[in-house]
Amino acid sequence: MGDVTMNVWRGDPDGGEFAEYVMPEVEGEVVLDVVHRIQAGPAPDLACRWNCKAGKCGSCSAEINGLPRLMCMTRMDELPPGEPVTVAPMRTFPVIRDLVTDVSFNYTMARQVPPLAPRAPEADGTYRMQQVDVERGQEFRKCIECFMCQNVCHVIRDHEENKAHYAGPRLFIRYMELESHPLDTNDRRELLRERMGIGLCNITKCCTEVCPEHIKITDNAIIPLKERVVDASYDPIAWLGRKILRRGRRSAAEAAEDAPAFRSPTLADEQAPAPASSAGG
Amino acid sequence: MDEPQHETHDFDVVVIGAGGAGLRAAIEAKARGLRTALVCKSLLGKAHTVMAEGGAAAALGNVWPEDNWQVHFRDTMRGGKMLNNWRMAELHAKEAPDRIYELERWGALFDRTEDGRITQRDFGGHRYARLAHVGDRTGLELIRTLQQRAVGVGIDVFMEVKIVRLLSGADGQVNAAVGYWRPSGEVVVFRAKAFVLATGSLGKSWKYTSNSWESTGDGVAMAAWAGADLIDMEFVQFHPTGMVWPLSVRGILVTEGVRGDGGVLRNSEGERFMFDYIPPMFAAETADSIEEADRWYDDHINNRRPPELLPRDEVARSINSEVKNGRGSPHGGVFLDIASRRSAEYIRRRLPSMYHQFKELAGVDITAEPMEVGPTCHYAMGGVRVDPDTAATTVPGLFAAGEVAAGLHGSNRLGGNSLSDLLVFGRRAGIGASDFAEAQSAEPALDDGALHEAVADVLAPLERSGGESPYDIHHDLQETMQDLVGIIRTESELRQALEELTKLRERAARVSVEGGRAYNPGWNLATDLPAMLTVSTLVATGAVNRKESRGGHTRDDYAGPDPEFGKVNLVQRVSRDGEFTVASEPLPQMPPELATLFEETH
Repeated sequence: MGDVTMNVWRGDPDGGEFAEYVMPEVEGEVVLDVVHRIQAGPAPDLACRWNCKAGKCGSCSAEINGLPRLMCMTRMDELPPGEPVTVAPMRTFPVIRDLVTDVSFNYTMARQVPPLAPRAPEADGTYRMQQVDVERGQEFRKCIECFMCQNVCHVIRDHEENKAHYAGPRLFIRYMELESHPLDTNDRRELLRERMGIGLCNITKCCTEVCPEHIKITDNAIIPLKERVVDASYDPIAWLGRKILRRGRRSAAEAAEDAPAFRSPTLADEQAPAPASSAGG
Repeated sequence: MDEPQHETHDFDVVVIGAGGAGLRAAIEAKARGLRTALVCKSLLGKAHTVMAEGGAAAALGNVWPEDNWQVHFRDTMRGGKMLNNWRMAELHAKEAPDRIYELERWGALFDRTEDGRITQRDFGGHRYARLAHVGDRTGLELIRTLQQRAVGVGIDVFMEVKIVRLLSGADGQVNAAVGYWRPSGEVVVFRAKAFVLATGSLGKSWKYTSNSWESTGDGVAMAAWAGADLIDMEFVQFHPTGMVWPLSVRGILVTEGVRGDGGVLRNSEGERFMFDYIPPMFAAETADSIEEADRWYDDHINNRRPPELLPRDEVARSINSEVKNGRGSPHGGVFLDIASRRSAEYIRRRLPSMYHQFKELAGVDITAEPMEVGPTCHYAMGGVRVDPDTAATTVPGLFAAGEVAAGLHGSNRLGGNSLSDLLVFGRRAGIGASDFAEAQSAEPALDDGALHEAVADVLAPLERSGGESPYDIHHDLQETMQDLVGIIRTESELRQALEELTKLRERAARVSVEGGRAYNPGWNLATDLPAMLTVSTLVATGAVNRKESRGGHTRDDYAGPDPEFGKVNLVQRVSRDGEFTVASEPLPQMPPELATLFEETH
C-alpha cells in the first residue's frame, strides 16, 4: 500500500494552520488510527480527544474533509483515494489546542435542565412501564454527547451571541426525553420557550444529518417540542387548565428551580481556571 | 527561590474518577451535605463505564422468579473460583436490586418485560437471566443516568484533570491529591478529609485490550505509593470475545450478550468446540449436547446451560487453545455466529451497537455472517484491598470502589457483575468516606516537601531533552505484557517480564517530551507511565508467585488449581524506596449459613 497525506489543523486560541503529515497507508484503519500514528511519530504533542475508539463515547468529533465525523468511525478507505485528508477541530467551539475544543457550553446548558421529578411508584416500590413507552426516550438516550449536532447548528455556529439563550439540539433531545418520560412530572415548556430558545431553531435538520447514532433530532424532538411549547403558550384552555388544575405537573418556575444552574451561581462558573474546565457536568 | 503557587481546592470528600463508581460515590457524599468534588481525566460522561454493553447483574427475579440473592451470591463465588471476599459478594448480591431500581427513579430507561417490569438477559456464569439492560448499550445508560443525577444535585466536577499522586500527613492519613489540568497543564491540588479512588482499570499495559487510554492503573499505583495493601493483582480477565480484524480495531469488545442471546462459537471446521472444554466444576450445570443447549434458551429449568455461557476465563482459554491447535479463523480468532441462529430483526433490536460496530469498522453484517473474535485484555480482578462494608483501604482517609478495588470478583469476574459492583460499592465508598470525613476535626495540613517533589516529577519530562519518547516506552511495555504476561503464563516468561519491566522503569525515568504543557498528549502519556509500570510489575509479581492456574491466571507450568493456593490472597505492597513485597494471607472465612449454599450439586 502507498502513503496517505493528512492535513491536520495545528494551533491554539491565538490561531493556527494546517500541517501536512505523509504517513504510510495501513489496511483497515480509521482516521483516529492515523492521528495516533502521527502522535507516536512526527508530532508527539498533537492534541486530540478520544476514549473508546468504538463510536460509543463521542470524544473524537472533528471536521474531516469539512464534514463533522467521529474520527474513530471514519474509515480511511471510505475517503476519496489518493486525495489528502483534512482534519480540523469543530468550528462552533473555541479551540483549546489542535483538534481539542472547549465544549463547556454544552455542560453549562446541561446544568440548566430541570431533572426528572418522578411520580410515586407502585405499591411494591417499583415502576411499571411498557416497552413501547420507554422506547421513545431510549432513542434520545442513545446520544453519546459527541456535540456534532451543536457544532453544525446554524443558530450558534455563526452566532456566538446566541449561546447565552439557546440550548441546542443535544439539549433539545434531553428535554424531549424528559417530556416523554413515563415517570416525569416536571413541566419545562415555558423554560424552553423563554430561556432555551426552542423558537430559534428553523428546522434545517443539519443536526439530524450528522448524528452518528441516527437520532431523528428534528422530527422526533425539536418539532414535537415546538408544538408542545406553542400549545402551552397560546391555547387558552390549556392555560386555564394549568392555572386551575395544574394536572399534577409543576410550573415552569418550579421546574427551573430544580436545575442547579438556576439555584445559585456555581462554584464551577466562578472558579473555572482553564477553558473546558470545571464545568459542573 | 520563590515558592511556586498552585491552585488549591478544599473539600470534605474528593472522588477521583467519574465512571459509575466515582459518580455513585460522589452522589452519596453530596447527599450527606458534604463539600464534594468529582475529578476526572476525560470529559464527564466519557469514562470507561460508557463502553459497558451487556447489562448490570441483579437478582430482581423479574424473568425467573426462582432467582434470588443467594443464587447470585453462589454464582459470583463459583465464577471467581471461590477466591472472592465472601462479604463483598454477599453485599453485592443483596444490594444490587436496590441500586438498579434507584437508577430507574433517577431516569434510567431499562428494557421491559411484557408486564412492564425491568427485563433481564442471560450471561455467562449466571444461572438465571439476571442482567438489567438497554439493548447492548447499558453502560451508556448507567453513566448518563448517574451523570445527570450528579449534575442535578450540583456536585462540583473538575474535568480533564489528571491526578498524579496522593499526599499523606505525618500520621499516614491521605490528605491531598496533586494533579494537573490537561487543557492548560497547570498544577492543581485538592485537600480533603477523605478521598475515594474510582479510577477503573489498568488494561492499557497490554497490546490487545478493550480498555481506553485512561486505563493506566492510576488508582492502584497511587494507593500502592501511599502504602496501601493490594490483593489478587495476578488476576487479569481476558474477555473471550474481542474483535480481531481489522488490526486497528483488534481488542475492541464484542458483548457477551451475543452469546446470551443465542450466539455460538465455532472453529474453522464449523464445530461448536465449547462442548470439548467443559470443566468438572461446571459439568453438572452445563449441557453436553447441542440439543439440550438449544432448548435451554426457552426452558432454563429442565435444561442445562450452553457451554458458550461458561465463565469468561473458561471460554477465553478454550478459544486460545483452538487457535493454537490450528482451528482458528483466518485472522487468528474463532467464529462467533448469531446470524444463522436468530432473525436479522432480533439481532438488530437486541444488539444494535454490535451491528453498527461490525458494519462500520469491519465491513461485516452480523445478521448475515459470523464475526471473528478472540480474547482481549478487559478487566483487573485485583487491585486495592478494601474493607467490604466501608470500602476503606488499609490507608486512613483513602477509600476505593469499582474496578480499582479488589475482592468481589475473586479470580474471575462474571459478566454483568461489574456495573452492579460500581453501584453497590460506589455508594458504600461514598458512605464510608463521608463517615470518615465527618469524624475529622482538623483541616488537613499539606506536606509541602512532598508536594514540590510530586510537581517536580510530573514536570521533569518537559524539562529534559534528548530522552526517549514516551510512545516508544509504552509500545514496548504493551509488547512485553502481551507476550510474557498474557492469557497463558509460565515461570521463565514471567521472570523475563520482570527483568524487562525493570529496564522499562529505568528508561521511563529518562523520558523527555516535546511541546508545552497545554493539552500535550505526549507529556500526558509520560505522566501515565509511572503508574502503568507499577501496576504491570504488580501483576507480573503476583503471577510469578501464584504457582497454580485459577480464573484469570493460567500457568502452563502449573496446570489446574492448587487447593493450598485456593485458601490465600497474595498481598502486595510497594515500599517508599520502590521495593515490591508479596505475602500470602488466608482468605476471610465464610460463615456457615453461607457455606451451606455450596453444598447443593446443581
